[in-house]
Amino acid sequence: MKNIQSTMAGTVLQVLVKAGDQVEAGQAVMMLESMKMEIPVEAETSGTVNVIKVNAGDFVNEGDDLLTLE
Amino acid sequence: MTQTTNQSRFQEAVESIKKGGQQKYHDKSAEQGKMFARTRIERLTDEGSFKEDALFANYLAGDLPADGVITGTALVQGRPVCIMANDSTIKAGSWGARTVEKIIRIQETAEKLRVPMLYLVDSAGARITDQLDMFPNRRGAGRIFHNQVRLSGFIPQVCLLFGPSAAGGAYIPAFCDIVIMVDGNASMYLGSPRMAEKVIGEKVTLEEMGGARMHCSVSGCGDLLAANEEEAIDKAIDYLSYFPSNFTEAVPVKEAVEAVSGNAMSELIPANQNAPFNMYDAIDTLIDKGSFFEIKKLFAPELITGLARLNGKPVGIIANQPKVKGGVLFVDSADKGAKFIQLCDAFGIPLLFLADVPGFMIGTKVERAGIIRHGAKLISAMSSATVPKISVIVRKAYGAGLYAMAGPAFEPDCCIALPSAQIAVMGPEAAVNAVYSNKIQAIEDPKEKIAFVQQKHKEYQEEIDLYRLASELIIDDIVDPDDLRSTLIQRFDYYSTKHIPLPPKKHSVYPV
Repeated sequence: MKNIQSTMAGTVLQVLVKAGDQVEAGQAVMMLESMKMEIPVEAETSGTVNVIKVNAGDFVNEGDDLLTLE
Repeated sequence: MTQTTNQSRFQEAVESIKKGGQQKYHDKSAEQGKMFARTRIERLTDEGSFKEDALFANYLAGDLPADGVITGTALVQGRPVCIMANDSTIKAGSWGARTVEKIIRIQETAEKLRVPMLYLVDSAGARITDQLDMFPNRRGAGRIFHNQVRLSGFIPQVCLLFGPSAAGGAYIPAFCDIVIMVDGNASMYLGSPRMAEKVIGEKVTLEEMGGARMHCSVSGCGDLLAANEEEAIDKAIDYLSYFPSNFTEAVPVKEAVEAVSGNAMSELIPANQNAPFNMYDAIDTLIDKGSFFEIKKLFAPELITGLARLNGKPVGIIANQPKVKGGVLFVDSADKGAKFIQLCDAFGIPLLFLADVPGFMIGTKVERAGIIRHGAKLISAMSSATVPKISVIVRKAYGAGLYAMAGPAFEPDCCIALPSAQIAVMGPEAAVNAVYSNKIQAIEDPKEKIAFVQQKHKEYQEEIDLYRLASELIIDDIVDPDDLRSTLIQRFDYYSTKHIPLPPKKHSVYPV
């Protein structure tokens, strides 16, 4: 199990995957908005999306868990 | 007869010293994927060029060949350098009195000859049994670091870290211009995991606490992560090819190479200011193909720093990476940029800034980490650099981001805007919100509200219009993205005679 964390403080703009999805390393799994910029969050390793812990519109701080991969 | 005896005694002595430590330690090193210290020097230097000093150091001790460190002068790609290399097969490369004296002497030689100093580090630290002879005295280990600081900016200092550099020894890499670390073997730490457990009760592995990958991606103490020793040595050779032997000499020029063909700069930049793109692709369209030597690739990747060649001539590139954290500047990226700018400026390497930056990060987390203080470091380093500087506003340059990327006030030799550039205190959305927040709130009719905001956006866009900025002489030139490479080559050529006399003073007070 691997946590994907927010790289910076911001708002969740879009969740690009759903539980059960297969993702590849380097694939964007979420789009954050911060400093008026779109910030893609990429999976560091490939795996299956397990739990998505945030919704679009949520504020997240740097280091907060966004989703888990299995 | 006597002559023959003398000769064979000499040959036996040399042979036994050059073997290094006991076979079991050589075997252990080999298992770890480590080369023998003398083999490292052979690979690093031009064949037959190494002239060793004090091979017989501590010879009478019997079991400490060369006192665990190899020092001397050699050629790297035809240019002289001074070298010290710990031999980890001898008491784990630890330092005794003569080890330290040899290191100090080769540093002094490098200073006199005005040639780069290379530190091949693989050492467990001080020999505690010898501490009075090598730790506190005038020519004790402290002098090594004192010399490093004295030599900083005078000659290039390169650290290749093949194994541990522990406790005080960890400061050798810390004072070098660049630290190349071998993944899995290299480590830096003040207290070992065993000591951490005893003294502060923390249980941690060496790799987690002081491993090469950690230092190259988290602490920023390492600049380059090499997969193995061969790669580390090749990288050091490549690195030196961008530098003069000392600060008084001109940078080495290579044969010019065309940029990579393929992507045109104009096609890379999205029209939407807020959408990410990959700055590496933009860099590729500008520099000589294959010439990019990136420094701190894994650390604070929202800011790219690296050496490259433009028409054969070295240039230092500082570029925001909109693909990572929106290209926003953070505490670590500010540090990274500051050190890189100082490195280039010290050795006469011109600086190219590629700006696409929404500004410095805001929020509690970064304020508490001192983002203002760290940002000041970057701005101070950039501002005091007197080498030719060109600032290219690729897309947005908002707020102090414009300043950090060598904006007009910081005397770049030229501030170039691409047609996609947008320069402002802040972006349109943020600005309209900041100025008209109360008014927007007060409008009840939603349609009217949207219309008002849109009108204000339009007015703001006109206010910061690029051609208005050019008309007001704020920027010096607007350039077609596809002509940027040739523009930069020409302009850097013209700026090569740049000379700025500084106000007479000792030095600025660095905002650390």
